[in-house]
Amino acid sequence: MHDHHDHGGSEFDDMTARVRALETVLVEKGLVDPAAVDEIVETYENRVGPRNGAAVVARAWTDPAFAERLRRDATEAIAAMGFGGRQGEHMVAVFNTPEEHNLVVCTLCSCYPWPVLGLPPAWYKSPDYRARAVREPRAVLAEFGVRLPEETRIRVWDSTAEIRYLVIPERPAGTEGMDEAALAALVTRDSMIGCGQPRAPETA
Amino acid sequence: MNGPQDVGGRHGFGRVVPEDESLRFHADWEKRVLGLTLASAALGYWTLDASRHARESLHPATYYTASYYEIWLRALESLLQRSGEVTPDELAEGRAHRTGLRADRRLRPDAVGAALARGGPTLREGPAPAFAVGDRVRTRNHQPAGHTRLPSYARGAAGVIEAVHGCHVFPDTHAHGLGEAPCPLYTVRFDAAELYGAAAEPGLIVSIDAWEPYLDPA
Repeated sequence: MHDHHDHGGSEFDDMTARVRALETVLVEKGLVDPAAVDEIVETYENRVGPRNGAAVVARAWTDPAFAERLRRDATEAIAAMGFGGRQGEHMVAVFNTPEEHNLVVCTLCSCYPWPVLGLPPAWYKSPDYRARAVREPRAVLAEFGVRLPEETRIRVWDSTAEIRYLVIPERPAGTEGMDEAALAALVTRDSMIGCGQPRAPETA
Repeated sequence: MNGPQDVGGRHGFGRVVPEDESLRFHADWEKRVLGLTLASAALGYWTLDASRHARESLHPATYYTASYYEIWLRALESLLQRSGEVTPDELAEGRAHRTGLRADRRLRPDAVGAALARGGPTLREGPAPAFAVGDRVRTRNHQPAGHTRLPSYARGAAGVIEAVHGCHVFPDTHAHGLGEAPCPLYTVRFDAAELYGAAAEPGLIVSIDAWEPYLDPA
């Protein structure tokens, strides 16, 4: 649902024309500078993305004092790594344990921690994910190939306000000697939403 | 509002289709919609809450068949028309009939970085919280026709305060130009059985973030 390939083949062209019309009107009116639009796109296409969050997770894995800071005030701890701003103004980090697995959703729209994860993927914004994540998260996780032990409790965070949640997955076994950069490479975007697990070191 | 956006816990939706994290956009027009939406917000006609309300106010048949960037585009067209900056004729023709009213507020390319870094923090001074961590509360049967952030699946449900976040801008007023009305914001956790009855997944815990006017003591 809601992915463009599901629609008729002409939708790309129709949407392209419609967006171009709007941009032209706004630029002619002097309300929008297309170079500002380019700059916004460049920011979220190439500069701000889930590698930011992966760096935060890797530091939390290797530096207990940082992990503690993250628990106490995630906005401050994440800002200290240089990440913050729009859609990450008020951050909370939630830590997976063998007993509890965290999963993040926004059932009402698409709230997502942009400074650490970038723009949300299409599935995160889809009614399919939003409807089901709060009711049948195990079935949703199975669609990501994630099967949790029966005894692991699932905790779903519905982002209904301006608090943004970052999942800190458990550090994979067999990574004892790895440095922060190597660990960050194991951290997937989906694992920071709660829809995945970090990669095992041998498959990284 | 009991609109199409309020899908949490609904039945009948389909599979979730994962995608690679390197994929940022599915088409070039999506990039322009993102940029136009953020750049137009700088004109100062609407708040983030008002833009969410414009999206959820789309007809349900449109909302469920549009991609998310199409929802953003339609809401942006609507917000710009309501602000008096563009007309349907201009959008249909793809050319401006007159100059903009707030061209002086146009977002400059060299101001983008600072605007994104500033974001829109919602923490404010406000009243002392009525509830503390561990208190039992019940969400109200709160069903305004306008914007609200209390999802229907969590209405009238008993839960426990898990965190107190200070006072935040209240979306129910802010979306409608009725002021920020900051009030205490909480994380409230529920046992899934309280939300879904006997059909609930055993052991599942779900939380929402709820402003004080959504809550009563339980």
